[in-house]
Amino acid sequence: MGGYTGKILRINLAEGKTSTEPLNMELAKKYLGGRGLAGKMFADEVASDVDALSPGNKLFIAAGVLTGTNAPTPSRYMVVTKSPLNGVIASSNSGGYWGAELKFAGYDMLVLEGKSDHPVYISIKDGEVEIKDAGKVWGKDVYETTDALKQEFGDDKAKVLAIGPAGENLSLMAAIVNDLYRAAGRTGVGAVMGSKNLKGIVVRGTGKVENANPDQMKEVVANSLRKIRENGVTGQGLPTYGSAVLVNIINETGVYPVNNFQGSYDPEADLISGETLTEKYLLKKHPCYRCPIACGRYSKWDGKEGAGPEYETAWVFGSDCGIHDFDAIHEANDLCNKLGLDTISVGGTIAAGMELVQRGYIKPEELDGTTLEFGNAKGMVEWVRKIAYVEGLGAKMAMGSYNLAESYGAPELSMSVKKQELPAYDPRGIQGQALSYATSNRGGCHVRGYMISPEILGLPEKLDRNSLEGKATWTKIFQDLTAVIDAVGLCLFSSFALGLTDYTALVNAVTGFNYTDEELLACGERIWNVERLHNLKVGYSAVDDTLPKRLLNDPISSGPSKGQMHNLPELLVQYYAERGWDKAGVPTPERLNMLGI
Amino acid sequence: MRVTVKLFATFRDGRFKVEEKNLSEDSQVLDVLQLLNILPEEVAICLVNGRDVKEQHVLNDGDTIALFPPVGGG
Ligand code: SF4
Repeated sequence: MGGYTGKILRINLAEGKTSTEPLNMELAKKYLGGRGLAGKMFADEVASDVDALSPGNKLFIAAGVLTGTNAPTPSRYMVVTKSPLNGVIASSNSGGYWGAELKFAGYDMLVLEGKSDHPVYISIKDGEVEIKDAGKVWGKDVYETTDALKQEFGDDKAKVLAIGPAGENLSLMAAIVNDLYRAAGRTGVGAVMGSKNLKGIVVRGTGKVENANPDQMKEVVANSLRKIRENGVTGQGLPTYGSAVLVNIINETGVYPVNNFQGSYDPEADLISGETLTEKYLLKKHPCYRCPIACGRYSKWDGKEGAGPEYETAWVFGSDCGIHDFDAIHEANDLCNKLGLDTISVGGTIAAGMELVQRGYIKPEELDGTTLEFGNAKGMVEWVRKIAYVEGLGAKMAMGSYNLAESYGAPELSMSVKKQELPAYDPRGIQGQALSYATSNRGGCHVRGYMISPEILGLPEKLDRNSLEGKATWTKIFQDLTAVIDAVGLCLFSSFALGLTDYTALVNAVTGFNYTDEELLACGERIWNVERLHNLKVGYSAVDDTLPKRLLNDPISSGPSKGQMHNLPELLVQYYAERGWDKAGVPTPERLNMLGI
Repeated sequence: MRVTVKLFATFRDGRFKVEEKNLSEDSQVLDVLQLLNILPEEVAICLVNGRDVKEQHVLNDGDTIALFPPVGGG
């Protein structure tokens, strides 16, 4: 058997015990790995009413079946747990090198249980696992922690994953950061790690991941690499400009949120675009493990160096806060990596804070002298720091924009779905993306079904973004396919060039299984339904498949898409039917039976 | 008539970012592409006032045309 290491490492932090168990292959065949398998195990093992920050919650850190193989973009791992932000099944994905190293050390997944009574970190050297004291690094930032843990480990090739002060302080926007600049950012997974008194995990593996059919694999890999090379987006656009190349596309389309979604077009957006990043700041590309696309950036700004901002980050600390100072955006991005915060949620919360000030909800005396105002770059950067260290109003902001705005009696000023901040696309002018936002299983998110790809970029084919036709079907397929990609451990960006058949071929070559395309996609649908069932159990229902009030009720107010509006009610009816769910958005027994859930 | 042409990503190389152009009445996007020495197959996204159009699209006075080569996602 190839792909899987066949082993799960389970660590009980309360008892200080570690154990190895075999991977349940029957489950792995149905749920693949990563987000899928970890999600299923989470749903089976963790009671739905558990408090997310209590010792009863578990943290699953899972590589995919293709992670660490020679498939293109094989770097991904997934963190699955109950989200402390909104109670949904959290699954937060990251690239870099850590996930592949976990496989080389011999594990498909880590399951972390209980809570240590003092700060610890975990050290994994192939089969040797130790829980060690982290007293010296508790309170330190991610960069310092990474250095210190590597040094103590004594091997420069070791890979480190860690939380920063934000995770220790239980910010609901805290990320888990690996390899310094790559983050499992969303849904507050860093706070769950902090709640367990777990500062980091160092891993070094000298093994390798087997392929069941090496000859077949060679051919399949060559074929998909060729597609990635020949595709304009993965072969040229992303490698040359990084994901921030989207700034101008989304802005010129008029669906580019400005000032906490009060506007949808920014005449000055080019100042913070991928083109400007490349021209003025880029030092080199910064790819994840074995990635032929290499969208990651490494930049210099203001006498410093570090990972360059992605599209979402450039937008959220930029136009969404009314800011066009690229140095400040770099600084805020770097602070998020360093202090362990999710950029989208933090930027979205600062933008919501700016609007709360604009409308008089937050009073000047609450700001302790730090400006919180659209367009004020210096203040914005300082608020990132205050959020991580829960200082003053920063403590309220650390709970996310929904909790912040609600505490002032104005939850509608939080641009979030299921309490999680929305990314950089105004859904009113993009019907499928509106549906995708509303139904995302982890709350406001663009990477659970990236309808921007067909509706704006024209991949794999161009759909009219304002039309409803076929959007429910497309959204379902995109969501299910994304679940497959997340479960096998590849980067979603590979899907600009690769399709379901390519993923099936890769999985079959590595594992020696014989999935048909339909069977593999059914794994994705199964994953989606397991996640949905968890969310229904914790109390979510169809009324939560919605958008923030401003986006729900008012058409786009200005710019090229002025007057455009989603038609979510109609799309949801079609979508539930497409999914085989009843009118209340609950999976029917027939569909669950068909999927073998 | 006068239109605004905006170029992005590699289309800017050796050309410009934004320029106003004078065109004869009934000009199409294709005429703008010819003027700029861009082949229609090089264009991944062509927006006129934020709307997706094909190269045969007939332009009006005051239009803004935005042209993108294949670029990416985020
Ligand atoms: S495309 Fe970008 S994010 Fe994805 S694996 Fe490659 S470098 Fe990492």
